[in-house]
Amino acid sequence: MSAAESITTRRPTTRPPIEASPAAGGPSGRAEGLPPEVTFDIRELSVFYGASPALHNVTLQIHAHEVTAVIGPSGCGKSTFIRTLNRMHELTPGARHTGSIRLRGRDLYAPDVDPTIVRRQVGMVFQKSNPFPTLSIAENVLVGLRLNGVRDRDLLRQRLEESLRMAALWDEVKDILGRPGISLSGGQQQRLCIARALAVRPEVLLMDEPCSALDPLATARIEELINSLRASYTLVIVTHNMQQAARVSDRTAFFYLGRLVEYDATRTIFMNPANPQTEAYVSGRFG
Amino acid sequence: MQISPEHPPGFPVLRRYFDAELETLRSHLILMGETAIQQVRDALRALVEGNIHLAEQVRAADDRLDELEVKIDDEGVRFMSLRSPVASDLRLVIVGMKTGHDLERVGDEATSIAKRAIKLAAEPPLKPYIDIPRMANIALEMLRDALDCLLQGDEAKAIAVCKRDAEVDDLNRQLYRELTSYMVEKPDTISRAIELMFISKSLERIADHATNVAEETIFLMRGKDVRHTVEVKKTPPPAA
Repeated sequence: MSAAESITTRRPTTRPPIEASPAAGGPSGRAEGLPPEVTFDIRELSVFYGASPALHNVTLQIHAHEVTAVIGPSGCGKSTFIRTLNRMHELTPGARHTGSIRLRGRDLYAPDVDPTIVRRQVGMVFQKSNPFPTLSIAENVLVGLRLNGVRDRDLLRQRLEESLRMAALWDEVKDILGRPGISLSGGQQQRLCIARALAVRPEVLLMDEPCSALDPLATARIEELINSLRASYTLVIVTHNMQQAARVSDRTAFFYLGRLVEYDATRTIFMNPANPQTEAYVSGRFG
Repeated sequence: MQISPEHPPGFPVLRRYFDAELETLRSHLILMGETAIQQVRDALRALVEGNIHLAEQVRAADDRLDELEVKIDDEGVRFMSLRSPVASDLRLVIVGMKTGHDLERVGDEATSIAKRAIKLAAEPPLKPYIDIPRMANIALEMLRDALDCLLQGDEAKAIAVCKRDAEVDDLNRQLYRELTSYMVEKPDTISRAIELMFISKSLERIADHATNVAEETIFLMRGKDVRHTVEVKKTPPPAA
């Protein structure tokens, strides 16, 4: 991930990080003694579906190489929020937004920004695993690269193994790569989807309730995976599982009725939240 | 006990099906606190009145505090295992278990005082009991205040309890000096003086446990550990 790619240009082969603006500080922000590098700088973000507001005036920063959990009751705007981070909400007819989102200093919604490039750089994993049913395990992982025109077999083979290893799935599927993706178990399918997202080398991985359909063992493996991916990626995870948010995330944002109620270190949110609404929600007093 | 912060109007707040378990934990703490205070009072009365029967009662009643401590620990571990508490719920369980331990130790100190009261009752008093009841009153007031703040969530009062600990420490040192001079001047008082020194130390320890409960109360209310900080630092004893 050394070369630079602008979110304004389509580059169909590999995915290096987007070019940061000078104001963003660059990846050196992880160095000791410096403040954490900001991946997303979100200011006064409001989102509307038609006339209905789904998010009100949300301002927060998401830091690089951290796991940010987004929690809140159903309908509070969590999914809308993370969908704005890769412009997926725009796929909903009538959706519009105000405010700004900057990805490493670049305005994600500037007129010259290509949403498909954004979505490649900000990958997404969904609640229900969704491997392509007609494709094999290997084809599922490589579909993003192939759609982007990659034909180099060595590169594809290398990226296949690398992505499956990062998704902690390689050892389980290396001998059955030609089998259909949907022949795997639910937990393996979810990791396959994560491998598929990683294959195009995103900078950020968004996860919308990635474990809600999984058993405890599969959930534990995904959580292990989230923990290991932190070193290379910025992760944002929406979850209804409070313990999961507490276990895997560095920071937690609590949303209620489309508003950001509290955003702080996960330790603070779960041990001593400043807002009584947050306290009520994380301790199950919310009804 | 007012633990949960107030919620804005219109914010839906549920009473959870397991809130009753926290209420039980709380009521066991109250019972334990009242029992511990009564144990110290009775031990002191047994000492001052030379009442061996009452002292024996104090010794026998210690089992009750031990049982309550085990019960509170069991309830705490169970709640943490099954309910995954966070925020103020988690702090309440942790503080409940720690306070239970402190109160059990208060009970042990009362038993120790009662044992020594039985020994001292067999001999003529070394001196009139003035300083020890004074220490006991302060330690008991601290313990009562600490438990009140735990139950009412009164941070200011809890800080005041912490600061009062110095008074008892000072009295303990003063009594040690006095009893040492007794022993130097009249060797036949040594055994009685040593018993009184131990009683004085027990009272000083009771005040320490009251201070612990007060510090735990502040942690419960604020989520911040104030132990060994300037905020609760003991006021230095006045210069002699």
